[in-house]
Amino acid sequence: MTKQAMLTEDVPHPMDGLLRMDRIPHIWCPTCGLGTIVTAFAAALEKIEIPLDDVAVVSGIGCTGRVAGYIKVDSFHTTHGRAIPFATGLHLANPKLKVVVISGDGDLISIGGNHFIHAARRNVDITVVCVNNFIYAMTGGQVAPTTPLKANASTMPYGNFEKPFSIPFLADSCGAVYIARWTALHVRRLTTALTEALAKPGFSVVEVISPCSTLYSRRNRLGTGLDLMKFYHDNCVIKHGADTRELDIGFQEPITVGKFIDRERPTYIQSMNTWYGEVFGDEFKPYEGSIK
Amino acid sequence: MTADPKGVLTGEHYLDGDHAAAEGGLAAGCRFFAGYPITPSTEVAERIAARFPKVGGIFVQMEDELASMAAILGGSWAGAKSMTVTSGPGFSLMMENLGLGIMMEVPTVIVNVQRGGPSTGLPTLPGQADMMQARWGSHGDYELIAVSPSSPQEAFDYVIMAFNFSEKYRVPALVMMDECVGHMTEKVVIPRPEDIEITPRKAYTGPPDKYLPYLPDKDMIPWMTRAGGGTRFHTTGLTHDEKGYPVMNAECQEKCVHRLIDKIRTKADEIVVLDEEKVDGADVVVVSYGISSRVAVPAIEMARKEGIKVGSLKMITVWPFPENRIRALAKKVKAFVVPEINYGQMSLEVERCACGNAKTILVPHGGGWVHEAKDIYQAIKGGAK
Repeated sequence: MTKQAMLTEDVPHPMDGLLRMDRIPHIWCPTCGLGTIVTAFAAALEKIEIPLDDVAVVSGIGCTGRVAGYIKVDSFHTTHGRAIPFATGLHLANPKLKVVVISGDGDLISIGGNHFIHAARRNVDITVVCVNNFIYAMTGGQVAPTTPLKANASTMPYGNFEKPFSIPFLADSCGAVYIARWTALHVRRLTTALTEALAKPGFSVVEVISPCSTLYSRRNRLGTGLDLMKFYHDNCVIKHGADTRELDIGFQEPITVGKFIDRERPTYIQSMNTWYGEVFGDEFKPYEGSIK
Repeated sequence: MTADPKGVLTGEHYLDGDHAAAEGGLAAGCRFFAGYPITPSTEVAERIAARFPKVGGIFVQMEDELASMAAILGGSWAGAKSMTVTSGPGFSLMMENLGLGIMMEVPTVIVNVQRGGPSTGLPTLPGQADMMQARWGSHGDYELIAVSPSSPQEAFDYVIMAFNFSEKYRVPALVMMDECVGHMTEKVVIPRPEDIEITPRKAYTGPPDKYLPYLPDKDMIPWMTRAGGGTRFHTTGLTHDEKGYPVMNAECQEKCVHRLIDKIRTKADEIVVLDEEKVDGADVVVVSYGISSRVAVPAIEMARKEGIKVGSLKMITVWPFPENRIRALAKKVKAFVVPEINYGQMSLEVERCACGNAKTILVPHGGGWVHEAKDIYQAIKGGAK
């Protein structure tokens, strides 16, 4: 294909089949990490063997909450914080679906924090992609449960003094079976992590650190999105299998990334089927979904 | 279509209203239940938890009522008939996602076994004070359908009715019980499955790539698909167009929300179910629902013994309100008497629709117990003057 041909509009985009092109341009700011993350997710969807008709994406509210609207699978843009229980309903009613929650740190870890820990405890077989930009961006830059200490936010105008959550540590404590952290810079490693998480039975969590130049960076005078990507490049330390107690993120301090947890635990439905099999014996027909 | 025999316990039973409501769900084909314990509704969840493993359903006790409500929306989108149950405080927590169910047009059933409020109120004692919350508790403009049983038999029957309404109109349907009905034990007759009418989902059967999730049919109700159905659709709680895509402007808001309201409001007369007795020629009509309609019976008998012409209008559906019927009756009767276990909720609707043509006499009760029949009788007597 010539360069000229590539620029003409009638040449299909390689991700046409995976994205809702009739919704492009998207709403995200220039240099936001979400475009890259959606691309990595789409690439992971292409790699997995599950038919796309069986994939469902659920988002909550916020910048990342809009992801569900751009991916061309069955997609649900729900309420603030409730993506995980909504996804739990989808999955439990029809376990043949591959249900993925893609949402932000505020949505999943603050307002939805209770659902996050309980879904991890139950080991509900869903994948959670938590895009962490350290701030509430859609609403204009308020402090998040992930905002590093000392970082500035509109509701922490003199700098944050609340200790943030470490998402991998939280997920590990609650029993998630697959936990990785990458940044929007690590496109290939992120794609691999998403592919692994999607293939993993049980509650899998991929945290993606993502640049927000409009709010987080501007409020903290960290430069453009490109400067943040350079920061990730220079300051990310890959440490697979790192102790999750040591994954706190300090303000402009090195970020440990990698695959931290990959373990086996029976999923919610497996546990239920095994137990009811013991209790009821042959009378019990293992649950495979309530959809005819 | 008729009921799936697997969930139907045909026969005569001695059940309380909570257990009967659970059986109503099973008979209606509910196979996904997400709930959180709360008095006086917990027995519904307990019975479902015990029964579902044997009928191929899945029960999950969620971490709170926010999660329960969100989960049943997911369950319904996956294609399963889904329900939850709660009481006042949990009902409050469900309000946001009830709105999501209305906006996304998700068939689902929420049973509220009402107790005394506000706040923690009277967990073990009856109330009927969530009636306006049912109608207006979620933010924004909406319409939905609610029914109100007054006995365990009706709890069984009306849960099925609620499921059928929710499927036909693609709207969450509420079953507004109360602690008395929930905990009273009476005979419940469960029919044979072939005698239970079930409204199927309005399923989309066209080509997958042509599916528009919010393109309304002539009856204003769009066809529904399910996750994994091959249509790769999008749905959102945001104001949306026929594709289900968000559109942020007044024109789309008007089109989207007006239809959500009209699909119920303009069909109120076909939805409304009333049980009327001796209303023609009456001077006074007792308008009641739930447990209060049973307490009204002896009061009406007392008044009739004194020669007062009194009729009874028991609302089986409470929302949409039987507006046209009350308006018509108001021109013929002297007064409506409205006993309810609150300080005036449905009576406000009666008064509004009476338009001053007839008096509306509220017989309030703060909750914790039911009315004394004599209080309702006194109101009837006053109304007949």
